[in-house]
Amino acid sequence: MAPVEAHAAQQQHHPIKLYLVVWGLLFVLSTFSYLVDYVGLQGYLRWSLILIFMVLKAGLIVAVFMHMAWERLALIYAILLPPLLVLVFVGMMVSESTYVLLTRLLFFGAAP
Amino acid sequence: MSAPLKPSSLETLSRPSGLAGLAADWASDQRAFKNVSWGKAMMWIFLLSDTFIFGCFLIAYMSARMATTVPWPNPSEVFALEIGGVQVPLILIAIMTFVLISSSGTMAMAVNYGYRRDRKKTAALMLLTALFGATFVGMQAFEWSKLIAEGVRPWGNPWGAAQFGSTFFMITGFHGTHVTIGVIFLLIIARKVWRGDFDTERRGFFTSRKGHYEIVEITGLYWHFVDLVWVFIFAFFYLW
Repeated sequence: MAPVEAHAAQQQHHPIKLYLVVWGLLFVLSTFSYLVDYVGLQGYLRWSLILIFMVLKAGLIVAVFMHMAWERLALIYAILLPPLLVLVFVGMMVSESTYVLLTRLLFFGAAP
Repeated sequence: MSAPLKPSSLETLSRPSGLAGLAADWASDQRAFKNVSWGKAMMWIFLLSDTFIFGCFLIAYMSARMATTVPWPNPSEVFALEIGGVQVPLILIAIMTFVLISSSGTMAMAVNYGYRRDRKKTAALMLLTALFGATFVGMQAFEWSKLIAEGVRPWGNPWGAAQFGSTFFMITGFHGTHVTIGVIFLLIIARKVWRGDFDTERRGFFTSRKGHYEIVEITGLYWHFVDLVWVFIFAFFYLW
């Protein structure tokens, strides 16, 4: 085996228990997000809970299941930083869609 | 003092880690991401591009939903199922979420056994992952048929904003396609593992190159990404 692969194989030797724990956590977090809807929480409480559970789940999957926690820093930054910039795009489109809604209300007069 | 000449492969291993390693990697005159194989780096870059595509879909859905003057259908009610005479909100979506998370769990274990060179356990866990994936697609087919029967179309639906149909079919359809391709990918690699291709260094029929167990991890990266995207779709499409 080439040294590169030998090294990679060494790095990714984690106990099975770690994966089972993460699996369990993902189950619990998903149940919580489902309960947010089932119980019928509304407003900022609903949104903060949904986003917290979402980010925790995504973080666990990327860090442990996809082994990102054990990758080289250069790869981590190359992969994780660009999606963060999508948030700028989200901000622009939020502003754009509120403007579209405003013009529609002005010209069509229907309330949402 | 002249240091003894080291073979370049050993030099690869002695790259610094942390911030010094980041600088060394990006200032590299040979190749970036030392100690990360090309296969893995390319899968990550593909997944990054896929992130942008799903990101654009979800942003398009967000702006459509925020800009509409017609009420958006309530997903909690639209995706409810009647069980024993009671309407249970989002129950099918919750089960689909658990199925996909379980497939991620079995996949992570398959990668682990792959690096331990345990052929049978790796292949079995990959087949189980594929089975969970196929179950997910089956449930999605059921969900689609139900909504189509209720009159949801890409251009309209009985409960309100017309954009609901188009974004629903676009986002879940594109995700379902990813799951389906993942199942096929898993079956192909599971067969290779089962047959012992990576122990006998059998050459692939298409690339005529020798494979190695790292492909299990690369398949895993793709599969976990499919689960990862579902986390966001679950939050933004079904819970919003």
